[in-house]
Amino acid sequence: MQVSVDRDRCCSSGLCALNAPEIFDQDEQDGRVMLRQTVFRPGQFADIRLAGELCPCGAITVTEGVSPADGTADAQAGTGS
Amino acid sequence: MTTTPPTPAATAVPLPAPHDNRCPFSPPPAYTEAARTSSVSRAELPDGSPCWLVTGYPEVRTVLSDRRFSADARHPAFPLFTPERRELFAENPSFIRLDDPEHARLRRMVTGDFLVKRVEAMRPGIQEIVDETLDRMTDGATEADLVGSFALPVPSLVICLLLGVPYEDREMFQSLSRTLLNTFAGVGEISRANDELLDYLGGLAAHKKEHPAEDILSRLAARDDLTLREIAATGILLLVAGHETTANMIGLSTVLLLDRPEQKAKLADPAALPGAVEELLRHTTIVHTGLPRVAVEDVELDGTLIRAGEGVFAMLSTANRDELMFGGEDRLPADDVDLDRDARRHLAFGFGVHQCLGQPLARAELQIALGTLFHRLPGLRLAVPHSELVFRPDSVVYGLKSLPVAW
Repeated sequence: MQVSVDRDRCCSSGLCALNAPEIFDQDEQDGRVMLRQTVFRPGQFADIRLAGELCPCGAITVTEGVSPADGTADAQAGTGS
Repeated sequence: MTTTPPTPAATAVPLPAPHDNRCPFSPPPAYTEAARTSSVSRAELPDGSPCWLVTGYPEVRTVLSDRRFSADARHPAFPLFTPERRELFAENPSFIRLDDPEHARLRRMVTGDFLVKRVEAMRPGIQEIVDETLDRMTDGATEADLVGSFALPVPSLVICLLLGVPYEDREMFQSLSRTLLNTFAGVGEISRANDELLDYLGGLAAHKKEHPAEDILSRLAARDDLTLREIAATGILLLVAGHETTANMIGLSTVLLLDRPEQKAKLADPAALPGAVEELLRHTTIVHTGLPRVAVEDVELDGTLIRAGEGVFAMLSTANRDELMFGGEDRLPADDVDLDRDARRHLAFGFGVHQCLGQPLARAELQIALGTLFHRLPGLRLAVPHSELVFRPDSVVYGLKSLPVAW
């Protein structure tokens, strides 16, 4: 799983930091999203998906199955396909 | 069940539609009926002009998050119950009625004050306010108006502390706030209330520029990229939204729980409080009038073409009763309260870039206020028959005018 955040879109609802505090944090100044991790355990996937779904301004993009943690797609990432 | 083909042109839903007095906790029946037929229905404003009523969960999310729908009330087609108020918005818009980038510039000046972490750190202070307010309410008494002695004081005290507004001025700002939220108040009355609050908060900000304290108004006053008028408009928004919404949620939630002892019993477990509050937010959805927007481009929504320049009301209350989203075999129907429901996908705080910025604070206040109230007063009960409760259907923020209770 891969997660990217778009701070320009973020409206600081804090829902990601509330529902997935291990993964997301908020900037002290204006509350905008910050990623605390880039590699995720399968046990965190449900929280991450919920954070992506709840984000009111589409600032969180969750891409399934592309991180080393779930051990699937990354092996093929460098094949140029 | 029979299905009726949508007949959109035949009957436009009148806005704002009245509540059914027999079901004061449900959205007005006209909205629920419209939602049963279609996610997007024709509606009509009090002055007879047409607009759209959007009632479905996914469609409400789209209206509130798609930039083809504008929240700028200065747009000549922005739907207003009283179009005379347009001028008011044009003069001193708060960021709730602006689009990005203007909206984001102003909103980001205060979002740092409502960080999840910062609100967590405020919990002991909120608990103290709740405890002291309950002490005062119960001191030598066995009955009280819960709205006046608890539901309204708690969030008013909290937002006063945060903003730097003297709590002694509460009668003035609470009464002016009620006028601003009244759907049917005359434009003269609204305009005076707005001017009075602008002058009051502008005056406070000017004072704080010279004598800063640890509060939001002082911090805004110290900036050189904001006018006093902008600070005052932001101050009104935070002050009104900061006390009226939570106060009405506390009052309505209390009645819902007193009516359902088996649900109320679940609050005994502190770990159940956060989920319970999400469910109460979902079921209650105090912004019964919906959120207005205007389409700035043509948009197709669930098969209906909404043209640029047409007004739309996104109905949070019907979206939050969507059976597909919130029902389930092991759950009570979405029209009922079920504190075991996973209600986290509710839209009670809105959706999109305008979603409530004070939501972490509202959650903390509701969890602490309701948890403490029912813990300390296990014998709490209504002091009048249910039928004598007085609701406020004429307000943008739905609620109870008063709530006589005994313990």
